[in-house]
Amino acid sequence: MRAARPKAAIAVIAVAALAVAGCAESDRDNEGSGQSTKDTLVFGTAGDPKVLDPSLASDGESLRVARQIFETLVRPEEGGTKVTPGLAESWTPDATGTVWTFKLRSGVKFHDGTDFNAEAVCVNFNRWYNATGLMQSADVTAYWQDVMGGFAKNENPDLPASLFKSCTVKDATTVDLAFTAVSSKVPAALMLPSFSIHSPKALQEFDASNVSGTADDIKYPSYALEHPTGTGPFKFKSWNVADKTLTIERNDAYWGDKAKLKTLVFRTISDENARKQALRSGDIQGYDLVGPADVEPLKGEGFNVLTRPAFNILYLAINQKGNPKLADVKVRQAIAYALNRQALVDSKLPPGAEVAQEFMPSTVEGWNDQVTKYDYNLEKAKQLLAEAGASNLTLRFHYPTEVTRPYMPNPKDIYELLSADLKAAGITVQGIPLKWTPDYLNATTSGNKHDLHLLGWTGDYGDGYNFIGTFFSRPKDEWGFNNKALFDKFAQADSTADATARYALYKELNADIMNLLPGVPISHSPPALVLGKDVTGVKASPLTDERYATAEFKS
Amino acid sequence: MFRFIVRRLLQLIPTLFGLSILLFIWLHRLPGGPETALLGERGTPESRAAIRESLGLNESVLIQYGRFVKRLVQLDLGTSISTKRSVTTEFLQRFPGTVELTITAMVIAIGVGIPLGYLAARRRGSFLDQFSVGGSLLGTCIPIFFLAYVLKAIFAENLGWFPTIGRQDASIEATHITNFFVLDGILTREWDAAADAIWHLVLPGVALASIPLAIIVRITRASVLEVLGEDFVRTAEAKGLTERTIRRRHVLRNAMLPVATSIGLLTGLLLSGAVLTETVFAFSGIGAFIKDAISNLDYPVLMGFIMIIAVVFALVNLLVDVSYSLIDPRVRVR
Repeated sequence: MRAARPKAAIAVIAVAALAVAGCAESDRDNEGSGQSTKDTLVFGTAGDPKVLDPSLASDGESLRVARQIFETLVRPEEGGTKVTPGLAESWTPDATGTVWTFKLRSGVKFHDGTDFNAEAVCVNFNRWYNATGLMQSADVTAYWQDVMGGFAKNENPDLPASLFKSCTVKDATTVDLAFTAVSSKVPAALMLPSFSIHSPKALQEFDASNVSGTADDIKYPSYALEHPTGTGPFKFKSWNVADKTLTIERNDAYWGDKAKLKTLVFRTISDENARKQALRSGDIQGYDLVGPADVEPLKGEGFNVLTRPAFNILYLAINQKGNPKLADVKVRQAIAYALNRQALVDSKLPPGAEVAQEFMPSTVEGWNDQVTKYDYNLEKAKQLLAEAGASNLTLRFHYPTEVTRPYMPNPKDIYELLSADLKAAGITVQGIPLKWTPDYLNATTSGNKHDLHLLGWTGDYGDGYNFIGTFFSRPKDEWGFNNKALFDKFAQADSTADATARYALYKELNADIMNLLPGVPISHSPPALVLGKDVTGVKASPLTDERYATAEFKS
Repeated sequence: MFRFIVRRLLQLIPTLFGLSILLFIWLHRLPGGPETALLGERGTPESRAAIRESLGLNESVLIQYGRFVKRLVQLDLGTSISTKRSVTTEFLQRFPGTVELTITAMVIAIGVGIPLGYLAARRRGSFLDQFSVGGSLLGTCIPIFFLAYVLKAIFAENLGWFPTIGRQDASIEATHITNFFVLDGILTREWDAAADAIWHLVLPGVALASIPLAIIVRITRASVLEVLGEDFVRTAEAKGLTERTIRRRHVLRNAMLPVATSIGLLTGLLLSGAVLTETVFAFSGIGAFIKDAISNLDYPVLMGFIMIIAVVFALVNLLVDVSYSLIDPRVRVR
């Protein structure tokens, strides 16, 4: 009898399995899983998307999905950053520059069949503007607050007044968006996925603004997790969080060119090597942020490596409130001349990277070729240090660990090269590695216990203020200086309605910044994505706005 | 027996209470908070402060703990700061993957380990014995992620016999009810889905089984060797009993106690999440999720998951203790 036990156990399990087989309903329609997979593209992502409502999202993976499902009034040109028509065909400001009239496309429908029109645009803008309660939390509506500041009724007195004023329906295809001031953000910032237009019917049906719970326990509405409804070439199909796959399918009622793919699946594979292996074995047909060292090998194997035009900047920040010598511009100039940035670009950054001569990439309007350049000159660096009486300088140099950023793929390597350059100029460097979050970001952007550190920025939309304004338009602990003339000029640029005049001011600002030298711009690195050998039709976007609607498998 | 089980379960409550206090204090003493991870380089001191405020993180630790306990009594573990979903939902969606992986790894480890350990002991000094001992040493020494990459490179990339990542092929469009993919396939009669899920478990299961297998081989071997030296085994052999009978009736039953203990401990450890294996195979389990939660200082997830894992671990050990009396009737659990 005892011998029968293991056999009995197996028998019991088998019987139990047979007994429960068929206990539950199968959800799938039986077209058969043998469908051709040549109309399904699986894209490997580094992290899970968080929410499917882009108004409430700020992470790249949520926004990547949102960009396929939703559309905005204006969008960046494919592969670029210039503002081009999206759901709006044209837009004009009035004489004051604060009211913009948008002429909308007609014949567009949301995924649930309802019409896109001026009314829908106002429902969306009002939803964001009139947000209350937890929807005003900085964590929930990060991009709205970044761009527009505050809301109709700020519940937190620290929130600034809202830049957005009102939305008026003129007729079915004409809508007026009014703002409280002239701003460089309009209309460029409206290309952000956060300003995607959702179906008013779905917003209401699925209680999209019902962000509930308590401050430390925010509960998102089902719209944001299960029912995103836009106008885009793809519509949401399913999200299997347990298996880290999100599936969207072709919208056959799309107003423009229908997607060539039938299904697009986003699969999370957090380990980069695992993504590479999955690509090579065909389990996925693409992934983002290819490591610099992998670009050439993957190209050699026949994969399509798409390099995005660089829309980011890596800089060496100098804190003038750290070591007192850093307040002397000669010392900062010496640091700039001491750095061999070309050598760094050639050896440590991906193919296509280039030295940055100012704090924005050359593709952005307002870039100035005539700024003071600081080409590598070790002798001049030493001479400047001597003139400033700083020949025996010791500086703290913070660099982050456990992170790669598109502009900074390998922080430690970059630190080592740059600190070697500084040492050659006679500066003693104290390297301080800190974990990216929370330690590094806290240490380098608040307080003044830091001298030099590495940081950067990827642009959100095609306006120069998004770069240099983010860094230098007001006093910040990161830089430790207070220059009223500079800040005033920024305010002037921000409120200049005429684009040409504004870009001229950006040029001046870039020249001023490179003379004041609050830091040293290092490089622009083009992040790359890779697609399968037989995948074509996708254009790399500097704003990570790749459109998979045009992707197809070439046979 | 029943009283024993109930008593052990009741003992869990003060244990969990103490654990929660320790965890809470420790987590909130770690520098920084979830706000830096949420904002990255976009964050300014002001925006980070705003998020801390909105998440209620500036209030005293006592108040925050009070809120946590109040929710806990209602069996609400809060919401993940990074994924915005309830911690319970996140757990229920990922734990089944870890369970399936653990079961696969333990089945391989036990199914291969016990017979191998027994044979190694029975034929002590033979090639098989030396191979088992040497092999188990290798098994504990090879880093799991290295083994995982090698397995993938050979069997998935080159030979193409197995998939490289995930728990299931997305194009199968399987129906998921319990999130135990194999079970779901059986429940809904989607046999291809069940088979595909099992197929995806093979490589990660083998990689993960390497260490438990090595340990079980060694412990079984040592334990069996000890029993084989006992008088009653010599008596049984003298009586002329067959090898099979000796093994079944005398040796294995007596040798199993230490093996059962180690199986219990190993299972408990594996159920806490196999971070490296899950990461390399992009296998959605709790291990990789906890690792991310640590980096992002996602307090609710860390509190909730660690507490649940403590309960699971305690239950597994309870099962092990109960199993003693099944293996050896002389042991009475009181």
